[in-house]
Amino acid sequence: MSFRDNPLGELKVPLTWTAGIVFVVVLIVAVTLLLSDRRESFDTDAYGQTRTTTDRVLEPVGEALSAPSRWTGAGVDSIRGYFFAVSENRRLKAELKEMRQWRDVAIALRDNNERYEALLGLKTDPPIPMVAARIITDSRGPFANSRLANAGAEKGVKHGHPVVSENGLVGRVWGVGQGVSRVLLLTDPASRTPVMIDRTNARAILTGDGGPNPRLDYLRGQNPVRNGDRVLTSGDGGVFPRGLPVGVAVKGLDGAWRVVQASDRAPVDYVRILLFEDFTSLAAQPQLDRLVPPPPTGGLSTLPPPALAADATPSPKAGATAPPGTTPGPQTATPAPKAPTTPAPKAATPIPKAAATPAPKSVPAPAVERP
Amino acid sequence: MTPGGARTLEPWRWLGVPMLQVVVVTLIFAVPFRFWGLGLPEPIFAMPAVFAWAVIRPSMLAPIGVLLLGLFLDLLWGTSTGFWPVCLLISYGAVLAARAVLGGQGRAIMWIWYGAVTAFAMLAGYLITMLDVKTMPGMFSVFWQFLATVLLYPFADRLIERFEDADVRFR
Repeated sequence: MSFRDNPLGELKVPLTWTAGIVFVVVLIVAVTLLLSDRRESFDTDAYGQTRTTTDRVLEPVGEALSAPSRWTGAGVDSIRGYFFAVSENRRLKAELKEMRQWRDVAIALRDNNERYEALLGLKTDPPIPMVAARIITDSRGPFANSRLANAGAEKGVKHGHPVVSENGLVGRVWGVGQGVSRVLLLTDPASRTPVMIDRTNARAILTGDGGPNPRLDYLRGQNPVRNGDRVLTSGDGGVFPRGLPVGVAVKGLDGAWRVVQASDRAPVDYVRILLFEDFTSLAAQPQLDRLVPPPPTGGLSTLPPPALAADATPSPKAGATAPPGTTPGPQTATPAPKAPTTPAPKAATPIPKAAATPAPKSVPAPAVERP
Repeated sequence: MTPGGARTLEPWRWLGVPMLQVVVVTLIFAVPFRFWGLGLPEPIFAMPAVFAWAVIRPSMLAPIGVLLLGLFLDLLWGTSTGFWPVCLLISYGAVLAARAVLGGQGRAIMWIWYGAVTAFAMLAGYLITMLDVKTMPGMFSVFWQFLATVLLYPFADRLIERFEDADVRFR
């Protein structure tokens, strides 16, 4: 039967065309939404009211849906604890014995560290307050890896705060609402985390790709990493505090260095959100912003003779005790300016001997770090 | 029955109920549950519905349903707004365009078509992610999600079997 002979042909053609037109219009709407989304900027405002509201709606739903799995997990743990109590006790005793030795080492190191800090007059980072939260939903696809945690703005959680489990870094807060916050995982393709290799101090950027093991990009130096090296946050750029455990380096099947995440050792059901502020916000901004006039240079026609500069040992700051093993040098290595309040051109920063003190590791400028 | 012998297909039956089912199942699979160190897979539960809707008949409401499902996935999974609507809509459009070819095919061939359309959607997602965040998603995780989604074809088949002949105008 030809098309014209079909008695329903007249109905079919207009409806198909209308459906096609609606499809095209909806596709245009979807593409416009995609182009107007600013997820890549990770601004507080870019998260948007729609997402915040949805997260708030999802929070009780996720709580209710995840309750059975929590109860199941707790039940399994109880049964396991009952049946394996003896072996667990033996293991814990051995662990405790080892930990006691480590405790003594830690106390000695802490004592040393405090002495060095006092000698150098170092300003250490203040302790970071934190809030506990429970994970209620989890997305694990190749294009987005994020989780919802049931703590939000009411507990002081802000955009960008690092999130850790009992084993290591999980990610950072990307969106915050009342009672809920969305955590961008280290494995998300949009995640970039400045890290360092503990053994070599080499810097890298941890790049998520939707898989379980994020990639180490922009590694510098010759053989900076080996299988099994511990990876920590470097603190570069002020996004994360320095020294949070991230995982262990392994060579991937594709030849790239990857990280087996420390947080994967156990299910991430409870997390701690570190209320960490960028170091720039801890500094006294008005003091930093104040313009200091340059030192008077009118009387200085030439630089000091090189021999004099070579003999001079850098001196510590006035009032600070010289580190052990260093020779106290002359008070000024370079001709000091007349006015004592103006900063000296070169000898203003004391540089202690490298062998005497554990000098803080140099922090290069952060690489391409997407906030 | 409407005049002309064309039986109407209630939108809530072939669009509303599957949408609701997709939303519920996706939410259940978003629960952070791990057993022996393994989490639940994350298939695209919307894909069987999208494929079946395009096969059953051309409709004005179905693209809107696809858009809503895609937006739901974006908000739940945290992808860019519009990411899943675009991926699902181009798959829907591809099936709609090939509808004449798909008509009367056996289950195995339809499953292959479904797999091809799923691969098309994931390729679109891969390219959009590459352009958006300037990195390539891991091929293994993409393949894993593709495999989990392809295994859902029986749900699409059930939907097609149930509603394919419901509207005689589009047989």
